[in-house]
Amino acid sequence: MRPDRAPWWLKAMAGGGLLFLHLPILLIFVYAFSSEAKTFVWPPPGFTLQWFGRAWARPDIWEALSLSLRVALIATLVALVLGTLCAAAVARTRFFGREAVSLLVVLPIALPGIITGISLRSAFSLADIPFSFWTIVLGHATFCIVVVYNNAVARFRRVSGNLIEASMDLGATYGQTLRHVILPNIATALLAGGMLAFALSFDEVIVTTFTAGQQATLPIWMLEELVRPRERPVTNVVAMVVVLVTLLPILGAYYLTRGTETVAGSGK
Amino acid sequence: MSVLADSGPRPAREGVGGRLSDLLWRRPGVLLALLLVPPLLWLGVVYLGSLFALLLQSFFSIDEFSGVIDRTPTLKTYGELLRPANLDIIWRTVLMAAAVTVASVAVAFPIAYYAARHARGRWKALFYLGVMLPLWSSYLVKVYAWKLILAKEGIVGWGFDSLGLGRVLEAFLAVPGIGGNSLSVSPTGTFIVFVYVWLPFMILPIQAALERVPDSLVEASGDLGATPGQTFRHVIWPLALPGVVAGSIFTFSLTLGDYIIPQIIGTSARFIGLAVYQYQGTAGNVPLAAAFAVVPIVIMGSYLAVAKRLGAFDAL
Repeated sequence: MRPDRAPWWLKAMAGGGLLFLHLPILLIFVYAFSSEAKTFVWPPPGFTLQWFGRAWARPDIWEALSLSLRVALIATLVALVLGTLCAAAVARTRFFGREAVSLLVVLPIALPGIITGISLRSAFSLADIPFSFWTIVLGHATFCIVVVYNNAVARFRRVSGNLIEASMDLGATYGQTLRHVILPNIATALLAGGMLAFALSFDEVIVTTFTAGQQATLPIWMLEELVRPRERPVTNVVAMVVVLVTLLPILGAYYLTRGTETVAGSGK
Repeated sequence: MSVLADSGPRPAREGVGGRLSDLLWRRPGVLLALLLVPPLLWLGVVYLGSLFALLLQSFFSIDEFSGVIDRTPTLKTYGELLRPANLDIIWRTVLMAAAVTVASVAVAFPIAYYAARHARGRWKALFYLGVMLPLWSSYLVKVYAWKLILAKEGIVGWGFDSLGLGRVLEAFLAVPGIGGNSLSVSPTGTFIVFVYVWLPFMILPIQAALERVPDSLVEASGDLGATPGQTFRHVIWPLALPGVVAGSIFTFSLTLGDYIIPQIIGTSARFIGLAVYQYQGTAGNVPLAAAFAVVPIVIMGSYLAVAKRLGAFDAL
């Protein structure tokens, strides 16, 4: 038996570390209600709900939000298809170059984002591709593949190959096997991977600055506000909303894959 | 019977889909190729192609007077990296990455240790989510939160003042090299935010490594008369090291490539990421930006080679 008595200083350091991770994010929530408009003064002189109405009435925020959601949706769909295909190939068979394929999938997220960003930008400029909605999607899908892949590959390894063989031996086609045997087994892993990919795409900023041209996704909008602040209280409100929007898919992915050996998201 | 004999032990499937399935079942190689082609086209052509385009650009040069990019291959742009101003940027970035990595290990280790070796059940889940939520929450929001915290009128300044320690903070900010007008425009601020933002990337691999330390080893060490300190130094730390190295790959790589944190919290001193961003954007010097971007790739490449020797990849 492992002794469960941790010394008090270890508890204090571990608990303190967790607080250090969470307090700054919670602080945003307080500032979103602060009645102070010009500075970041602490403690807030008073509390108000007026900034929510102000943010609601800003068309630029709605446009940015809508662009972010559309990009995240399409990038997630592309990543789901490509990541699952890749995971199916790597998990179930051994072939020449298998290691290289898994390295290739991880590379867009292992290299600093700025490298991915500037690489894509160089390629667009060499190939004379103008910036558009699709150039953003292209960048996002590239680094989202790995998230879906990680979740799917872990699940494929646990799905017994016998099931698929039995289905095929009993005369099912690949289409039927996919629909009735494979998909029900991997569905939650795909859903979890898709949610994480969505969250990743929704708040990506580094690659996006290089592939977006003049359009603003919500993170780009926030970055603009950070560099050249216009209305600080509205930024506070948007920051709070962004935290809440990304929180849901992360919690969802956690509950979907809880109890399996690999929990979604452990390798961002 | 002849149908059965022709197609093996099981009757052939019917219809186009059935015939296709039979073909794929007999030739797994074709199925594998079908699975791999779409992702490889995307990653191999789009992504590797882009990396190659970047590498290509770094061998171009820019005409200093007209600003026109000359597409004849040259090493001139890499020569420019060796200018003192540019070497300064590289040196400053590597130093910051190293400091951030060391500090992250110090803060992450107790959290990872408690989560791996003491927390059970409900607490374990709490620690897991407690690390995972900040890891996945919006990077910009986290940076923005620190802008609020470190501002002159913000919560840290308020805390020092209400404890009557306002002078201590002022004295610290007066130190050249690490201080500034307020924490949010000082190198110390940049450092704190880097540590904060990358901390979860350090906790997870250390925790994974510590989970795999067998209890029996720790008990044996104690039974043989080692003090807890000796057990830590000679048993736990060496076994946790691959996790530490794996985490340091993240903190190092992410710091080398970041261009947003130094821009928002810190002095105007440039880091590699910011230099890449500015050269390709406002300055329009894409070749130099590309050459600068190759620096983190080279540093990370050599770092990964060393880490592989230390067995860090088993802890990922």
